Amino acid sequence: MNSFTYTQADAVDTAVDERASDLTAKFIAGGTNLIDLMKENVERPTRLIDITRLPMATISETLEGGLRLGALVTNADTAYDERIIQRYPLLSQTILAGASPQLRNMATDGGNLMQRTRCYYFYDLATPCNKREPGSGCSALNGFNRIHAILGTRTQGSDGQLAEPNCIATHPSDMCVALAALEAVVRVTGKNGERSIPFAEFHKLPGDTPHIDNTLESDEIITAIDLPAKGFPDNFMYLKLRDRASYAFALVSVAAALELENGNITDARIALGGVAHKPWRKPEAEALLVGKPATKENFQAAAEALLAGAQGYGHNTFKIELAKRAIVRALGQAAKLEPTA
Amino acid sequence: MTAIGKPISRVDGNEKVTGKAKYAAEFNVPDLTYGYVVSSAIAKGKITNIDASDALSLDGVLKVFTYKNRPKLAWFDISYKDQDAPPGSPFRPLQDETIKYSGQPIALVVAETFEVARYAASLVRIEYKEDTHETDLEANLHRAREPKSGIASLLKPPPPKPRGDFETAYQDASAKTNGRYVHAAEHHNPMELFASTVVYETDSKKKPKLTIYDKTQGVTNSILYVSQVFNIPFKNLRVVSPYMGGGFGAGLRPQYQLFMATMAALELKRSVRVTLTRQQMFTFGHRPATVQNVALGALPDGTMNALYHDAYGETSQFEDYTEVVVNWGGMLYPPENVTMDYKLVPLDVYSPLDMRAPGGVTGMAALEVAMDELAYELGMDPLELRLKNYSDLDNNEKRPYSSKELRECFRQGAERFGWSKRSFEPRSMKKDHNLIGWGMATGIWDSNMLGARAEAALLVNGKLWVSSATAEIGTGTYTIMTQIAADTLGMPIEDVLFKLGDTDFPIAPISGGSWTAATVGSAVQAVCEEVGKSLLKLAKKMPGSPFKSAKWEDIEFVDKHLRLKKDPSAAVSLMTLVNLNGGKAVRETSGVFADVMKQKNFTRSAHAAAFVEVMVDEELGTVKVTRAVSAIAGGRILNPKTARSQILGGMVWGISKALHEESALDHTFGRFMNHSLAEYHVSVNADIHDLDVIFVEEHDDVVNKLGVKGLGEIGIVGMPAAVANAIFHATGKRVRDLPITLDKLL
Amino acid sequence: MSPPLDKRAPSLPPLHTVTLTVNGKETQLKLSPWTSLLDALREYMDLTGTKKGCDHGQCGACTVLLDGKRINSCMTLAIMQEGKQITTIEGLAPTPDELHPLQQAFIDHDAFQCGYCTPGQICSAVGMMNEGRVKTTADIRELMSGNICRCGAYTNIVDAIEEVINKQTA
Repeated sequence: MNSFTYTQADAVDTAVDERASDLTAKFIAGGTNLIDLMKENVERPTRLIDITRLPMATISETLEGGLRLGALVTNADTAYDERIIQRYPLLSQTILAGASPQLRNMATDGGNLMQRTRCYYFYDLATPCNKREPGSGCSALNGFNRIHAILGTRTQGSDGQLAEPNCIATHPSDMCVALAALEAVVRVTGKNGERSIPFAEFHKLPGDTPHIDNTLESDEIITAIDLPAKGFPDNFMYLKLRDRASYAFALVSVAAALELENGNITDARIALGGVAHKPWRKPEAEALLVGKPATKENFQAAAEALLAGAQGYGHNTFKIELAKRAIVRALGQAAKLEPTA
Repeated sequence: MTAIGKPISRVDGNEKVTGKAKYAAEFNVPDLTYGYVVSSAIAKGKITNIDASDALSLDGVLKVFTYKNRPKLAWFDISYKDQDAPPGSPFRPLQDETIKYSGQPIALVVAETFEVARYAASLVRIEYKEDTHETDLEANLHRAREPKSGIASLLKPPPPKPRGDFETAYQDASAKTNGRYVHAAEHHNPMELFASTVVYETDSKKKPKLTIYDKTQGVTNSILYVSQVFNIPFKNLRVVSPYMGGGFGAGLRPQYQLFMATMAALELKRSVRVTLTRQQMFTFGHRPATVQNVALGALPDGTMNALYHDAYGETSQFEDYTEVVVNWGGMLYPPENVTMDYKLVPLDVYSPLDMRAPGGVTGMAALEVAMDELAYELGMDPLELRLKNYSDLDNNEKRPYSSKELRECFRQGAERFGWSKRSFEPRSMKKDHNLIGWGMATGIWDSNMLGARAEAALLVNGKLWVSSATAEIGTGTYTIMTQIAADTLGMPIEDVLFKLGDTDFPIAPISGGSWTAATVGSAVQAVCEEVGKSLLKLAKKMPGSPFKSAKWEDIEFVDKHLRLKKDPSAAVSLMTLVNLNGGKAVRETSGVFADVMKQKNFTRSAHAAAFVEVMVDEELGTVKVTRAVSAIAGGRILNPKTARSQILGGMVWGISKALHEESALDHTFGRFMNHSLAEYHVSVNADIHDLDVIFVEEHDDVVNKLGVKGLGEIGIVGMPAAVANAIFHATGKRVRDLPITLDKLL
Repeated sequence: MSPPLDKRAPSLPPLHTVTLTVNGKETQLKLSPWTSLLDALREYMDLTGTKKGCDHGQCGACTVLLDGKRINSCMTLAIMQEGKQITTIEGLAPTPDELHPLQQAFIDHDAFQCGYCTPGQICSAVGMMNEGRVKTTADIRELMSGNICRCGAYTNIVDAIEEVINKQTA
């Protein structure tokens, strides 16, 4: 761990000012990912700004009929909040599928969005990594890439050809997969005031800048996450596939949410975790389902559309087929066509 | 006997549940300094430059040790050989500029606090010249060669010579199977990080005098190593390890933190603690990756006539680590045409290291899957095939077992599991999305006894104090030794204090290989009998003693009394007797060895039958072991409670090995990449469901006087194959490579 | 040669006076901000009952209670926990001569072997019971999955916890 100074922020604007004046400073709240990475010397902030005293630790109603999750609400308090359980059970289920109870008690909702990848090479200073050290190369590409991305990895070069990926890391969060499906909005504050970022635009693909995970400006802080009114409380499923039954990151996960009328789908959301640099959604795939009956065949078509263009890199190629099957299963379970056991 | 055989709760339970039990990194002494290890980033090559100036510029950094400034150390390999050293040249930390494997310790930063040492370590800059490394076992099979033999080969015999004519018999067999089995490397990952706290003092001549709190499975192994490498007399060394947070073989050799902490303490003349990180727990011994080929042949009635088993294990470039992988089939099954072979492939990795049932669980996870395959070739129930080929002889040695209640394991295990209700056909049981499968396998492990010494003292307050320099690695050593001592002298366990893990106590071997209960237990029994004999002498001296003509065989110890067997009313309390000893405790020290003459005509093994039910979600590839039964023939069970726990642990390990565990080696870097507990998956609570343990009655007076066989290994041996076989029964898919992760079932 | 990790000159962080309330007792320590709560307990307060198994939030051996909630003490800075009620394994029992019901149940059910994960398991179980989310045995298994036991005592751990929960609800 590197040397750093520590300060406590008592207001959002002073926190933002502090950060703006020193871009090597970092905010710390739950610390469950940042301290981990600092012990590995992957993150080396010169200053930690403790934001846990900022007034962002409550869940409140929004004027639009949704809920606002303060950035400092813990993952556990979110998952077990009665309003979340009633109105956004997909989110509750998803949070509880992640990490461990201890970590969920520490980790905050804002911090969850800021989690960095679990790529082995990112974590290990002995190996090159474009995310950690831009330009050094991606070791995972021809390495042990069982946990790596299959979607959104390749960028289009100036000649229109797909180039070799710069990074095949995945975003590790479970919670963000549900937030993507629910079309949450990230509220941030910076030197230039407040703004809202639609969830789909918060995390980015690696492209040529794999060291940048998201679209948050360097002087901005996440203050809240807004959940729109529509919570899909009746037909939902978070299906997580991993290497053991609990306390492991997803190889593939699916957040599926449906709105049904007489067996016909009126709205559908599907987000994937463990397959890309960000929670993976494809509105065209979801559109394929709208107006159609909830059948396995229709789910299969959506799965194929979601995985279009997927690319395996050896150890992780199995994820393509696994993701399709998981989508079909999760949608089937969300539609209550299949048992959830 | 009143304590032995009873499910007594652990005598060290209170210390463990209250946090009072102290492990190696928890002995806090004044002015302690902290060492942090810097590890190699490359797998092979040379260090060309080390720049520690930034590290040294920090307040509180005392020294950065590297190969350049380390003290002069012992010259010959023999000084570095520990009790579990394979043939070859042991790795010497900070020896020279050569890098032999990725993660090799190359510097130690010592500072006044842990945090400063950790920070300073990140500032040490190393320049390398890289050489081409080879770490891929499968790509280097053509380089396989015969292992060198050494002292370790005594407990790890090479495969027997071929017998009969395998080729012809296999051709003639009416049912046959032939497969290749690939197992990933694994790391022990005990929960406690390897640590040594070295307390520095000087003797009257100002020579260093060290007390070393070490994470080890044998304090005598650590003291021997430190004494030889650093040339310190035993009298100025003491190694202490009252508790060990899990070993599983990882602590059978002194690990490099012991070297580092001792070196630093001697040089700095300060007390030093070095604790490895979890990432560094992947930078010493591991269970080697293996490739095995097994071919079996049988006659139409299921009688096996041909057995072929070869194995290729990885080893380092500096030592020939071997294990017994292929011999088991020849011990268990009777075919007359047998060929077995075992070869090593030296790679640029650290020497592998014994890990729970080394070799046994590897070989049996291939052989017992092959047996299942043969059963299906024959159209025969897998259990019936084992019974058909049941052998009361060890066919490698052509000698009987000292005892073998495996048949009873099959019977009781099958009954408890409900095996008779099994349908033969794969894919015949289904529930919702899940296919259900039942599989079984046999387990076998050596029952060895080594030599050990113990001391016992009946104190004037009537308490019995017993000690031996053995280890408590979680197996229940404190408890069973207390029970043995208590019963030998007819005392309640509350009056017995058993101490271990201290080189001030009489010598005992490293604790592993399932031999501690037999070895140290026998020593404890013997020394308590010596105390008993001394007590008899005192009893004879009593005025009007009823014991004047009594021989040892005529007396017994019951309820804190010595009494005549024939006339229990002729009794004297132990308290009375010890007070006839001139105000001194009655103290004895003695040792035991195995009765080799008695043992030599027998093979001595523990046996097991494992039955497993899995649910496999075929579409998604996920596997859940919903229940398992292990029936164990492990000789006499000293404490059914702790014994059951040991078997449960072995079963969990078997499930974890079958489904999760894999140290992923990236051959570009020659480095294990998933070096954390987040990415090296061991079973968690949610993976484990109903586990059931049966101990079948087994009497054996050949293995040792106590009749115990040891239980540390036998619980794991049959489990991985049973899981794999259950998965086949569920899905019809035969997966021969471990671990069986979900991608292998899609 | 690998470049220096930081362009800045090496330096040490300033010391802060940190007041921690552990097992009901306030202690003032001089700590750098980089000292984890776990290291503060083990190396600065000699409370070694809380274990270091991975130092990265991946094993649960360092579990303590923070205002009654279970957390991984390795993943938080001591300086951030001023004013919180920290409870470690040493502070669970009502008096020094007694055991917490979970401690006794762990002994009775042989819910440990080497004992290294045990304080974390017990603190985690206390935290789980405080949370009140357990309805089934499967819930215990899932909600205790943040505590790895390499000895494999899981079934006994579940039995021990279940007994205490059943006694409390009976």
